[in-house]
Amino acid sequence: MARGPVAIIAALAVLALTLVPLGAVMIRAGGFAGFAPGDMEAVRFTLWQATLSALFSVLAAVPVARALARRNFPGRGLLVALLGAPFILPVIVAVLGLIATFGTNGIVNRALAALGLPETTIYGLHGVVIAHVFFNLPLATRLILQGWLAMPGERLRLAASLGLTPWAMFRTLELPMLARILPGAFAVIFVICLSSFAVALTLGGGPRATTVELAIYQAMRFDFDLGRAAALSVVQLALAMVAGLVALRLSGGAGFGAGLDRIVPRWDGQGAVARSLDAGAIAAVALFLLTPLVLVTLRGLPGLVMLPPGMLEAAWNSLWVALVSTALCLTWALPLATRRGELLGLLGIALSPLVLGTGLFLIVRPYVNPFTLALPVTALVNALVSLPFALRILRPEAEAIRADHARLAQSLGLTPWAWTRWVFLPRLRRPLGFAAGLTAALSMGDLGVIALFADPERATLPLYVYRLMGSYQMAAAQGAALVLLASSLALFWAFDRGGRVDA
Amino acid sequence: MLELADLTIRAGAFTLRADMTLQPGERVAVIGPSGAGKSTLLDVIAGFYAPEAGVVRWQGRDITGLAPGARPVSILFQDQNLFPHLSLARNLGLALRPGGGRLGEADTMNVEEALAEVGLAGFGARKPAQLSGGQASRAALARVMLQDRPVLLLDEPFAALGPALKTEMLDRVAALAEARGALTLLVSHDPADARRFAERTVLVADGVAHPPRDTKALFDDPPAALAAYLGA
Repeated sequence: MARGPVAIIAALAVLALTLVPLGAVMIRAGGFAGFAPGDMEAVRFTLWQATLSALFSVLAAVPVARALARRNFPGRGLLVALLGAPFILPVIVAVLGLIATFGTNGIVNRALAALGLPETTIYGLHGVVIAHVFFNLPLATRLILQGWLAMPGERLRLAASLGLTPWAMFRTLELPMLARILPGAFAVIFVICLSSFAVALTLGGGPRATTVELAIYQAMRFDFDLGRAAALSVVQLALAMVAGLVALRLSGGAGFGAGLDRIVPRWDGQGAVARSLDAGAIAAVALFLLTPLVLVTLRGLPGLVMLPPGMLEAAWNSLWVALVSTALCLTWALPLATRRGELLGLLGIALSPLVLGTGLFLIVRPYVNPFTLALPVTALVNALVSLPFALRILRPEAEAIRADHARLAQSLGLTPWAWTRWVFLPRLRRPLGFAAGLTAALSMGDLGVIALFADPERATLPLYVYRLMGSYQMAAAQGAALVLLASSLALFWAFDRGGRVDA
Repeated sequence: MLELADLTIRAGAFTLRADMTLQPGERVAVIGPSGAGKSTLLDVIAGFYAPEAGVVRWQGRDITGLAPGARPVSILFQDQNLFPHLSLARNLGLALRPGGGRLGEADTMNVEEALAEVGLAGFGARKPAQLSGGQASRAALARVMLQDRPVLLLDEPFAALGPALKTEMLDRVAALAEARGALTLLVSHDPADARRFAERTVLVADGVAHPPRDTKALFDDPPAALAAYLGA
């Protein structure tokens, strides 16, 4: 099983494709002379919105996770599954759903107007934080739920036999667990929100609501100031690295939450207050997550018949990008599904797509028109960014396969090819299908580096939706968003299903 | 012959020494308390574990540095003797063609013959999970038959079987080894296995794999370490 050479080639490719663009950015950034006056403001806003987003996500997740941990009710499994959905939900679709909910003509404002209350806005800091909570509350809930489910049943039994009051129960059992889990969950979400681009692009903007990532984009697209874009990229990189290292230390490595359908038997929380608190938390989170999704679907349906010009082409581009980046990501992930490989893959998460994109832009610009490379570069960057997730899914299974079957394979003298073809890939099918589905859906819905590179003739579906929004064609945008949502989910389903069929 | 020349095997704080010569075609039991290093000794012969010092030779040739698949050795493990997701035919096919290529007509014939020989004729399309414990053991035996190596190592592969089935399997192995002239080493913690199966027995105890002695003589007049293990 000479995985050595292949793994080394894969590792070198990942290293080169992340470090070389980074080097290009560093060199171009020069002495940071290119900073514009508003850039410090962007740094401040980035940190502030990430803090608020992480704080609200985590705080709101605590009662939801507790309710899920101690209640069984019809639809619980569905709700837990729904908590995984934002991961493969295209950001632009969620944003349209949130606008339909909290926007100027959204149902919340109509309700407020009917009650004679002042209207709220979805744009600016508000909107950015709401969107981030929408995406990360489910993640926080899953992380905290894991903590609750990991609580030893013996201790709960002991607490019940002692007759602890709810408050004593909280103090002795739940508080220590939360103190252990919450900092990690906060840090992970903080890092995610730090490099938020698409949300800031659609709901933020202006001098008061610009993230560093968005500032990179604006420096490139509007001012064509490559030096400033590079300098901002270095700032973004430093922020993400520091926060990423802290998060890595605080969180013991967040998994994808196997076994969240378990319910630990508990004897507490049978009082009316506890019951209504739990019911309220579950209803609120279901409403918060489902309303935007339902609205985007309902409003998208009439838009479907419009089939605006260029939409099919954009959809085709997106599909192509998704498939190429899935193939690329898995080609990397298979030989790198080891401990060292997973550490290497984290490079992809530390680097924001915009920073990578800026670097690649700087590298190719002397030789070709970067805009003609928009789609391949998007596929490449998406593959790199998805790599850590793919590795997180594949590695445990790959190691188990080696532990179980390597001795037999060695004793038979299987060649590397025979091992891969007859043992490794067939045994890895399920996680491989899941990882492929995730990568394809992420790539399909990505609105990041494509915005940096695309010219008017080339667009992916998310960018196309964004452009329709920008030209106030909301009905068409919602129709296209529905197509995007359906194709992302279909891609995920098809790959994931492919891994399960007679496996 | 198989020579273990001045072997020192170290795993953490544990050390095992072995120095012995085993003849082609003979049947040898390896017996001793659990944790004494019986399986480790087999791992060194099979190539899964490198000795700290010493040499393993087969017919005078040094095989200490060879990969497991390149050695004149086949092995039955305690479990995982077949790939669970592959049919028996494909499992046995891999023993014939470790390159994983297409099986020719002659290969298919050989696989079917091997299955028939262990009483599993027509079972080629089944997967290991569709077999009983005894059938799975026989299929694994067919696998080592096809590998057809002059040294066969058995690392308690039948431990999970009931007494009657285990006896049956040991007799099958004995017949098979006899027919092919293979040197067979059987690891067991059960003295009855050794008496039934092996002409000579290696005692592994107190950090030493003792040179083989006549099984009957060994058990009739056990040295102190064996007596302690047997509780006699």
